[in-house]
Amino acid sequence: MTTTSHPKTPPEIGGIGHSIRRHEDARFIQGAGNYVDDIELKGMLHMAILRSPVAHAKILSIDTSEAEAMDGVVAVVTGELMAQHNLAWMPTLSGDTQAVLATDKVRFQGQEVAAVIATDSYIARDAVSMIFVDYEELPVITDPRQAMAEGAVVIRDDKEDQTDNLVYDWESGDKDLTDRAFAEADKVVSIETHYPRSHPSPLETCGAVADVDPITGQVTVYMTSQAPHAHRTVFALVTGLPEQNIRIISPDIGGGFGNKVPVYPGYVIATAASLLIGKPVKWVESRTENLISTGFARDYHMKGELALNSEGRILGLRSEIWSDQGAFFSDAQPTKFKAGLFHIVTGSYDYPAAHVIAHGAYTNKAPGGVAYRCSFRVTEASYLIERLVQNAAYEIGMDPAEFRSLNFIKPEQFPYHSPTGFVYDSGDYEAAMRKALGIAKYEELREEQKAAREEGRLIGLGLASFTEVVGAGGSDEYDILGLKMFDSAELRIHPTGKAILKLGVRSQGQGHETTFAQIVAEELGIPVGDIKVVEGDTDNTPYGLGTYASRSTPVAGAATAVISRMLREKARKIAAHLMEASPDDLEWEPGKFSVAGSPDKFVTIQDVAFAAYTNMPPDTEYGLEGVHYYDPPNMTYPFGTYVVVVEVDPETGVWNVDRMVAVDDCGVRINPMIVEGQIQGGLTEGFAAAAMQWITFDEDGNCIGSNFMDYLVPTAWETPRFELDETVTPSPHHPIGAKGVGESATVGSPAAYVNAVIDALAHLGVRNIDMPLLPDRVWSAIQDAKKG
Amino acid sequence: MQINITFNGTAQTSDVEPRQLLVDYIRGTGATGTHIGCDTTSCGACTVLVDGTPMKSCTMFAVQANGKSITTVEGLKQNGDLHQIQASFKEKHGLQCGFCTPGMMLTSAALLEENPDPSEDEIRWAISGNICRCTGYINIVKAVQHAGEQLRNS
Amino acid sequence: MFPPAFAYSAPESLDEALATLTNEGESARVLAGGQSLIPMMKLRLASPAHLVDINNIPGLDYIDAANGYLRIGALVRHNDIVNSELVTAHNGAIASAAPWVADPLVRNRGTLCGSVAHCDPEGDWNSVMLAARAQVVAQSTSGERVIAIDDFVVDFFTNSLEPGEIVKEVRVPKYAGRGGGAYLKLERKIGDYATVAVATQLQLGEDGKISEAGIALTAVNNKNTRAIAAERALVGEEPSDEIFKEAAALAAQAAEPESNVRGTAEWKRNVVSVYTRRGLEASLAQARA
Repeated sequence: MTTTSHPKTPPEIGGIGHSIRRHEDARFIQGAGNYVDDIELKGMLHMAILRSPVAHAKILSIDTSEAEAMDGVVAVVTGELMAQHNLAWMPTLSGDTQAVLATDKVRFQGQEVAAVIATDSYIARDAVSMIFVDYEELPVITDPRQAMAEGAVVIRDDKEDQTDNLVYDWESGDKDLTDRAFAEADKVVSIETHYPRSHPSPLETCGAVADVDPITGQVTVYMTSQAPHAHRTVFALVTGLPEQNIRIISPDIGGGFGNKVPVYPGYVIATAASLLIGKPVKWVESRTENLISTGFARDYHMKGELALNSEGRILGLRSEIWSDQGAFFSDAQPTKFKAGLFHIVTGSYDYPAAHVIAHGAYTNKAPGGVAYRCSFRVTEASYLIERLVQNAAYEIGMDPAEFRSLNFIKPEQFPYHSPTGFVYDSGDYEAAMRKALGIAKYEELREEQKAAREEGRLIGLGLASFTEVVGAGGSDEYDILGLKMFDSAELRIHPTGKAILKLGVRSQGQGHETTFAQIVAEELGIPVGDIKVVEGDTDNTPYGLGTYASRSTPVAGAATAVISRMLREKARKIAAHLMEASPDDLEWEPGKFSVAGSPDKFVTIQDVAFAAYTNMPPDTEYGLEGVHYYDPPNMTYPFGTYVVVVEVDPETGVWNVDRMVAVDDCGVRINPMIVEGQIQGGLTEGFAAAAMQWITFDEDGNCIGSNFMDYLVPTAWETPRFELDETVTPSPHHPIGAKGVGESATVGSPAAYVNAVIDALAHLGVRNIDMPLLPDRVWSAIQDAKKG
Repeated sequence: MQINITFNGTAQTSDVEPRQLLVDYIRGTGATGTHIGCDTTSCGACTVLVDGTPMKSCTMFAVQANGKSITTVEGLKQNGDLHQIQASFKEKHGLQCGFCTPGMMLTSAALLEENPDPSEDEIRWAISGNICRCTGYINIVKAVQHAGEQLRNS
Repeated sequence: MFPPAFAYSAPESLDEALATLTNEGESARVLAGGQSLIPMMKLRLASPAHLVDINNIPGLDYIDAANGYLRIGALVRHNDIVNSELVTAHNGAIASAAPWVADPLVRNRGTLCGSVAHCDPEGDWNSVMLAARAQVVAQSTSGERVIAIDDFVVDFFTNSLEPGEIVKEVRVPKYAGRGGGAYLKLERKIGDYATVAVATQLQLGEDGKISEAGIALTAVNNKNTRAIAAERALVGEEPSDEIFKEAAALAAQAAEPESNVRGTAEWKRNVVSVYTRRGLEASLAQARA
């Protein structure tokens, strides 16, 4: 693709807009990455977890004697033992409780029941199969509406006040105003659909190596963590250990996508075991354990309605959702918003009225509700509105592109106050859509579609013009367990002019070591190769809330820019001192200060750095270092339009993607190469959701999708060949105008694929097929439509 | 059981339990660039070259490598220089989290040995036993094409 | 994950392997490519006490054409078949199936004979072999016997080998006259087992009529299954759209699929019909080429 960025810095400095090759790659391409499973400590023991084979049962007894008697087994840990240390339960990120090891009941298939600590990982697994548990099976609930039915078994009978399976009722928007809009509508379009349960399944599973020093009490936990600081605080709260003695190290992370935000029982058990035994303990999940027990995503049963007037203007939106929370409410999301940011569901369109109701219910399924490559529940929201809009266009008899155009929020309406309370920062939705349509040659495709239909071929064009909301938070509204969602950057410029940047976030492949160095390079003119970025060690980085929900660039990126600017102002004073000029007379260009009108008279940032430790002006503190905690004034709102062209085989329902055009606007692109990589990855996730990737359960609560043979992640062969382009609408409130991009494509693209398949069948009257669009579902929809 | 393996060019003798998977054996020697991503022979994170052919080392026992030559990512470098496939993965941004990268590069290197100028389809087909969760494969394809070009011109 | 403990031997001759198999009895399993067996052992769905690894036995990796047969030895990997010009020249169904077996890395290790012996109803090779009227050469310490593929594929993961026997070779008769074959597989992604697949093979007589027909189905019965009524409907007929449609409908009747996460039974039966028709068309085109 072509990029419109025009770097202000020369390549040798490598600031914003340069596609700098990644610093972190050197170790990854040589097999020298350091992931949790690569960590070997002296005397390290290995842990394996016994998990419940059933979805709901009373535990009658646990017999660990045979396992304990095995050679090489050091200890078997049960819930009873954990309870003695007050560790059988832990808080979730949503303020609920979750069993660390089951004491009374198991509440989902795969729940942690016992753990073996042994000298070798093979022995630990062998011993797990020698623990015998007696279960008394209980009725199983696998659907949130079933959970709320009269007489349903109460899953969380461990909670004193819990008399049913309701987790929350939550609403947003103005009900009366919305009801009036629907009363005045000429037409109402509705859709009812399930966004199926999926799992982020990063290629590296979750794991930890816990190392508690029995003499000093120092607790070091190497952990697959997207949010090491928050995890340290949770650990302190769970275990009662002094926080200064806890060090969370999140080494290289083999993909996260939201899966590595929660605190998992395995981390806690390994730490407790290390504490009790006095030796390091390693625990690494198998793929099945990862899929059946750690943070799932989605599982939203959604109803949506749009009120329309006869010209095709949207008047209002109504939505009701049922969220399947699993056995423990552990969504990793801001406290105030029980359904995440689902209320962004009004999308890219301008209308005054919206009302959203959300219900969460406990079921006998794994807990999670993580933001899988999306800002909290924004994927579900974007999917619903983009599906509704397409159906509305059919209903009105307009082309879906023109319908969008008619209803888009216009550029001059920004900052735009949405009916559910968001303030969209900036956007030009029409421009992005027109660009995408132009690349796809939309008009010609519509002609081809018509001609193909004559021949009995089914071609479909699907659009999605999504708006995302990323970069939580703004401390007034956003916190997790009370921890405000700011983020931090600590910048230290050394005497030789080299720098180290320490962040509270944690890359899992996003390329922070390069991108964040570029922000410093941009602001201070220090060559990007002279800047080291450090993350993921709580002893050596400032406090931050972590990397998820596309918040690193919007929040930590802003913190980096701000601290760089603060140090630049200090540098100006030093430069003035060195040149015996007034700071106000100095001009800045990347890497140097010069005296206004005398460009030959200058000092470099490196000169200044040296002076900061050797020759400071009077009354100025030594050093050129600082830390900044950035509290964003608003979220950022990336957007774009995706166009998908599919052909459906009418005889089998198999569909193939012929084209996929993606125009993204994430504001200013710091490293265009990395941004494109993020988008390409996200588009693949969106395709996977639409085509194949889901976890379902049978009526007994058995997980279907418990390994990579049943939980399908696409290979290079199925993955469409994306065509990327961009528009650039900077965020007005972000210091460098960037918006965050890691997740836009996962959020925006599922609807585009589904809309394309629906569009191929629309003339038959097909209006919905639930994801994933398995060939049998598509074929059945055709058959049903033919039957009328 | 005693096994003799040429591991990244160096002969080594080890005593292993028959059930030990080749991947666990390799990682146990400290060469942790070979990763484990699944249990079902689905993901290819554990890909190594067995006598030059890419295979999933999670689906072979270490005893089966007896008498064979095993190449892992740590053995890709030649005379201290990066293999072209390594350089190209960096140049074309063919990796993000890095977890699939060793396996992906070994499969790609073997492809280029056999077919120095593969088409996009041939590349996608050849790497379809290796899963990447980050990149969407586009830049991996570009990296393999770039490496092929460089190797053909060198 | 990893398997429970087992004893292991890696004989360097077939005789030695057969002797070990005989001595160890039913607790022993042959390990060839291991691409199905090892994952099952890792998931602890299989736990043989003894593995007899035949990979070190020389002379079992042959693909040749002799005595009217294409012969594929026990250590021929799937990928050897993909790359074999002899196979392409000899049998269309085999050539068309080979690239769609598992994934490229698995094809580098897994063997055709191993897959045939495995008798997984979702496996590809046994449908191809049923359509192509293959024979399995089984060997034990007491000698060799040739088993027609129809008699070899007994049931869900069950073959008709006797204890102590090993699949030494699979052989496929050459076309008597002009012939062609195809394997159409509906899979959800590379590496997936077939959701539905159909193997077809047609041979034409001098008169241009269908002299022999083979149709077999994958993943829609508790074993790979021949659609015998459909085959019969074709033999002796002039190839035509009508007769292919009729055969397709009969093939669908031979399918008894389950509804599951991969699709409904009704849809799967429909795919059998569509793929049978398309496979026959492709087979015919190849026979006439």
